[in-house]
Amino acid sequence: MINASLKELSAALAAKNISSVELTRIYLERIERLNGELNAFITVDPGKSLALAGQADARIARGEHAPLTGIPVAHKDIYCTKGWLTTCGSRMLANFESPYDAHVIGRFGAAGAVILGKTNMDEFAMGSSNETSFYGPVKNPWDRAFVPGGSSGGSACAVAARLAPAATATDTGGSIRQPAALTGITGLKPTYGVVSRYGMIAFASSLDQGGPMGKSAEDVAMLLDVMAGFDPRDSTSLEREGEDYTRDLDRPWEGASAGRPLQGLRIGVPKEHFGEGLSSDVGRAIEAALAQFEELGAKRVAISLPNSGLSVPAYYVIAPAEASSNLSRFDGVRYGYRAPEYRDLLDMYCKTRSQGFGAEVKRRILIGTYVLSHGYYDAYYLKAQRVRRLIAQDFVEAFKKCDVVMGPTSPTVAFRIGAKTSDPVQMYLSDIYTIPANLAGLPGMSVPCGFGENELPVGLHIGGNYFSEARMLAVAHHYQRATDWHRRAPAGVL
Amino acid sequence: MEWEVVIGLEIHAQLSTASKMFSGASTEFGAVPNAQACAVDIALPGVLPVANSGAVERALRFGLAVNGNNADNISRRSIFARKNYFYPDLPKGYQISQYELPVINGGTISIVLKDGQKTIHLTRAHLEEDAGKSLHEDFHGMSGIDLNRAGTPLLEIVSEPDMRSAEEAVAYAKAVHSLVRWIDICDGNMQEGSFRCDANVSVRRPGEPLGTRREIKNLNSFRFLQQAIDYEAKWQIETLQDGGTIHQATVLFDPDSGETRAMRSKEDAHDYRYFPDPDLLPLVVTEEWIERVKGGLLELPQAKRERYARDYGLSVYDAGLLTQSRETTVYFEDMVGQLGTEAAKVCANWVSGDLAAALNRDNLDIAQSPVPSAQLAGLVARIRDNTLSGKMAREVFDAMWRGEAASADELIEKKGLKQISDSGALEAIVDQVIAANPKSVEEYRAGKEKAFNALVGQAMKATRGKGNPAQINEILKKKLAG
Repeated sequence: MINASLKELSAALAAKNISSVELTRIYLERIERLNGELNAFITVDPGKSLALAGQADARIARGEHAPLTGIPVAHKDIYCTKGWLTTCGSRMLANFESPYDAHVIGRFGAAGAVILGKTNMDEFAMGSSNETSFYGPVKNPWDRAFVPGGSSGGSACAVAARLAPAATATDTGGSIRQPAALTGITGLKPTYGVVSRYGMIAFASSLDQGGPMGKSAEDVAMLLDVMAGFDPRDSTSLEREGEDYTRDLDRPWEGASAGRPLQGLRIGVPKEHFGEGLSSDVGRAIEAALAQFEELGAKRVAISLPNSGLSVPAYYVIAPAEASSNLSRFDGVRYGYRAPEYRDLLDMYCKTRSQGFGAEVKRRILIGTYVLSHGYYDAYYLKAQRVRRLIAQDFVEAFKKCDVVMGPTSPTVAFRIGAKTSDPVQMYLSDIYTIPANLAGLPGMSVPCGFGENELPVGLHIGGNYFSEARMLAVAHHYQRATDWHRRAPAGVL
Repeated sequence: MEWEVVIGLEIHAQLSTASKMFSGASTEFGAVPNAQACAVDIALPGVLPVANSGAVERALRFGLAVNGNNADNISRRSIFARKNYFYPDLPKGYQISQYELPVINGGTISIVLKDGQKTIHLTRAHLEEDAGKSLHEDFHGMSGIDLNRAGTPLLEIVSEPDMRSAEEAVAYAKAVHSLVRWIDICDGNMQEGSFRCDANVSVRRPGEPLGTRREIKNLNSFRFLQQAIDYEAKWQIETLQDGGTIHQATVLFDPDSGETRAMRSKEDAHDYRYFPDPDLLPLVVTEEWIERVKGGLLELPQAKRERYARDYGLSVYDAGLLTQSRETTVYFEDMVGQLGTEAAKVCANWVSGDLAAALNRDNLDIAQSPVPSAQLAGLVARIRDNTLSGKMAREVFDAMWRGEAASADELIEKKGLKQISDSGALEAIVDQVIAANPKSVEEYRAGKEKAFNALVGQAMKATRGKGNPAQINEILKKKLAG
């Protein structure tokens, strides 16, 4: 059961081969057994989850079920969830019970999915290893001495360790794709504006995008069907026709045959993503994946993303700038943490924020405050915005020559817990291949494509043009029909 | 030596939308603290702003109104920016405002002074949200925060430093106040804080470059505006004359002492770290939107003033008085509509004279006048047909004001106030007066003009004040000459 696809689970629930309550219990028991060690969940509330499962069963009994009705889903603790603690991995919100549901939570609720719990994450989504969480690091289920990636490390770990059939996550610079790669699952960051940010606690508003994590492209497509859609409460949400992301999964590429379903697909391979910094084990796995795509009929096209080397510096100006302002609301006045003792207002602010935020969050607030300061704004923020436009322009040129862009999701497999905590720049470089998509607002996904050093998973990054999620998912699905990397599960959790 | 005072104003007009600038919460004044603060207003984690198109539309109306209905001062694309600072009544830790690209760039306001008109230029007008309120009265030793006002839409209207006296500044503030109510974008209620002024004041020798300015914050009445500028200008002049220098600063006006005092200097001014709000798309104003707003725009004060002068022969000053509020022009135009263009001058005199005085005395708006326009028109009609003398008309007006009757005619009837204009009756009375006052008649004939007035007085007395004075004059002159 725990290796079943969402489609299979959905069918089993509809056929009443299993009830949602039974299914939810299976996962709650696994969480009970394994979470102590893996630390994937911050909050689990069996009573609430089982009540939702009971409602889902009633709905199925009435014959009113949707594809995800009754399926337990774990939510990253960045999504405000009514009646649940929503901590964002921070001491600042350790006591914050949200009085409202994020748009994404509301959509899953309307679909009849069960909230399985709230997953661990880097504090305010700032991190690439899940080590900045106030609730402690999440362990990689493939080897517990290693990080699962971040910031959505809890969600990635939950899916990889089969503690949840599926999970939600968010991605500002790679926070869905990098942990998906490091834990051997499939994750998708949609085009900016496809998933409403309402109720998703903001890190960097112009880069943040919610998306799904699952065991396969097919699962991810089913989840995206629920998550995507216009929301008038988010001004950056895109008003466009709803899409069925599962409909064309099996359809071969235009003009291709079932035997070679990707005949005619042009895969852009950016030379900048295969140079210095890419570890050889990852490079080999990616090369093998590209060869597999060629067997499916696809053709490689050499492309260049000349400005991609500027993406990490530009990102580490823009994201902290927005974060420094977004996190100002955590001031101890209305909700969340407040220092127990203070002399006056200024002292209350200083102590509350000094004690409530962890080191990485404070580092980024300081960087962001600096780059927005009078006299530095033009040199940093405005220049970074210009770089951002250049990077987006690189992709416009690239997509004239290819249909998708492929390369490694992360330069290395998972690294040891503690290995990079004292070197922020090394940590930041972990997202070097994922950040350009956030800066350009483009969709990107990671699919498992093999194993590298220490028998740890490698992720293949598939980038697409704006709103090409359905095509990207189909490309990934054809690959997953021909391979079984996505079916592998860490031995220690079965 | 002579000094010139230079003043520019920043006016915050609260826009009269039902909901807030970036949330759906109500903007109604006076609710229980925090009853009108929704998730967005209290800045819960994860909430997002959505711009209120009603507020934008009001800004467009203002833009057109200060630019002769021409849209070239309206930005087709403007940017909402974050102004970052910490304060307990600022829930997000930043205020959403407009910084580099405001929705309105430029325009003019024309003010009417005793000695003519003057044009004040606008720098810009931009949309922003208001903060909440800190309540420092005792809450068990703590301060209270009321976020009902947080997120209320404001239009900040910034003038050029075009004013040269407190009187000009007040005239400008009044003209803006009248305009925003005229075009129905702000209720103008100064007690409730719907219309607040900041004044930038500096002094210089005429012809020299601008002096260093100090900004007086949050003046919520025209009287305080006048007093604060007068005090500040005097203080600056004295400081300079004593050999001191003026430092740029923000100051507060204390109405009790009548003084201004520095709140913070430029050195400890905030670095607001403005940057475009990534939660909001650029504000795009289409030509269709502008055309729609243009279509709904009423005749504006300046155009009305010109029309009154042209069509009714009123002076610029009289026309200026009538066009201080839209309600006044509605009242006045109602009267002229009933009585005809020839009556415009006397209607104007009554509206700006006795009616305005009575409204002022009883602290009423013209829309609340106990004497509606139809009643006052009825009264003016009786003046014009000589039924009432000026003095009697005032008596009738006062009685109508007190609610003693619904029309002038009813009162004239009831009080027997009808002026005697029957020449036969008046001739008889004049004959009696001449017969009874031979001495006065003699003196008049001997050239003493005063004696004539005494005779007129006697005749008026005989009619118990109801005789038409002009007619009595005429008859008396004729009889005495004869």
